[in-house]
Amino acid sequence: MIAIEGISKRYDEVQALRDVSIDVPEGELFGLIGPDGAGKTTLFRLLVTLLLPDTGRMTFDGRDVVTDYRYVRRHVGYMPGSFSLYQDLSVRENLEFFASVFQTTVEANYDLIKDIYVMLEPFAERRAGALSGGMKQKLALSCALIHKPKVLVLDEPTTGVDAVSRREFWAMLRKLKDEGITILVSTPYMDEAAQCDRVGLIQDGQLLRTGDPATIAQAFDRPLYAATGEDAYRLLQALRQREDVEEVHPFGTALHVTARSDMDPDNVQRQLREQGFTGAHLAPIRPGIEDLFMRLMR
Amino acid sequence: MSDAAIHARGLTKRFGDFTAVDHIDLDVRPGEIFGFLGANGAGKTTAIKMFIGLLKPTEGEASVAGFDVYRKSASIRRHIGYMSQRFSLYNDLTVLENIRFYGGVYGLRRKELEQRGDEMIAHLGLEQHKDTRLSELPLGWKQKLAFSVALIHDPRIVFLDEPTGGVDPITRRQFWEMIYAAADRGITVFVTTHYMDEAEYCHRVSIMVDGVMAACATPEELKRQFSAASMDEVFYQLARAGQRTE
Repeated sequence: MIAIEGISKRYDEVQALRDVSIDVPEGELFGLIGPDGAGKTTLFRLLVTLLLPDTGRMTFDGRDVVTDYRYVRRHVGYMPGSFSLYQDLSVRENLEFFASVFQTTVEANYDLIKDIYVMLEPFAERRAGALSGGMKQKLALSCALIHKPKVLVLDEPTTGVDAVSRREFWAMLRKLKDEGITILVSTPYMDEAAQCDRVGLIQDGQLLRTGDPATIAQAFDRPLYAATGEDAYRLLQALRQREDVEEVHPFGTALHVTARSDMDPDNVQRQLREQGFTGAHLAPIRPGIEDLFMRLMR
Repeated sequence: MSDAAIHARGLTKRFGDFTAVDHIDLDVRPGEIFGFLGANGAGKTTAIKMFIGLLKPTEGEASVAGFDVYRKSASIRRHIGYMSQRFSLYNDLTVLENIRFYGGVYGLRRKELEQRGDEMIAHLGLEQHKDTRLSELPLGWKQKLAFSVALIHDPRIVFLDEPTGGVDPITRRQFWEMIYAAADRGITVFVTTHYMDEAEYCHRVSIMVDGVMAACATPEELKRQFSAASMDEVFYQLARAGQRTE
């Protein structure tokens, strides 16, 4: 449905994207994962015809995005990172406005937005500017869907949103995917990768890797251990000083230790205990997506 | 007067008939890293505003660094540092200008300021960028600088409101190592975050739901109490019961 080939984009001194290629088949939920400044927003703006690439080519449903921009605009639903609906219009008026721009009606595609809109209905006459953050997000998604787009492009819909609302939002996206809509979504939260069919990891304008979230982390090419013990901060410093340890990063309750080839975990554990970390414990673990991301960032 | 770095009893804020913060009790110990969690709209920001002296409580008592929030807000502001994702430093100023500006605001003398500025720039590895305008630096660097600047006047307590939102995973961890180092020097850290792995790094965590303090304990105790494998699960169990949004 979407083919991005060798796209680069530069703003003055900043190379926002370098030679990015991504294919998203019809009906896929694709997650673009990376921190602020990685190039996620630029890539999405290029795809929805708001920017022109310096080099490379993009197709949307088989049509060239640059020359056939009218087709793209008719069939894409775009939810930008910042709230961009009409604050002075009511919930209902915003929806009707977006429907009329696409020469349709709210009623015609009501089925698609029904599950989301019922949560908004009590506020139908409220000005959009006076809605809560979560409600604004639901309205923006409804407006992006009202013309029954083939592809939904969502730029960081869950940034700054609490963990409960994030879960609800992903549940909505999976429902839309079941309706057959192709979805591209960006996020800075690595733990959201598991919600996607496929993910792309992006950093400094470069696509580091794409793959299935369940298996992508297998590309992590070193033995990885979880170290636990009292006083995690000192334990971290002690581990960093070791010759047989390549890297140590805090990971929730544990420290993730990337081992050099000559590291013997039993030996490390014994020596740590001798150093006074009496409860120190090392166990091999499977790397996760964030482990891989940090490895690829180096 | 209390020995706690942050102390609250029955602290409440009402806006008309809406109770944003509803009788919260809190004692944050000096040198503690305290995670202040809650869903959007749970009342966290209102509570923080009362602690840093920007908003008068409706009722209840609270003190920060030993100063009463009703009568001593000016003293509180001298003894705390504050940074958030939304407001930290001036994008139009260079790294060095930001440091000088904030040092000046906090009344540091010129000599002290120069020395402190040099140390800070060296410590952050920003020597090559000290004359770079902030708008040209990556977000993660800005946030690390903002944290250092928030500590420029040796505050006893630093309030961090979502300091790591959108920051890359390596810088996010470097940021937490700076937090650990500050706590190690005896500075109390009061931090909010939406990253639940970061909740695990805190000595203690509180979770607000609809203006009420629904839980407050170490991450281990909370996980045991809620039979949860992670703080993410604890948070989900508590916060989904909330009715309010922002």
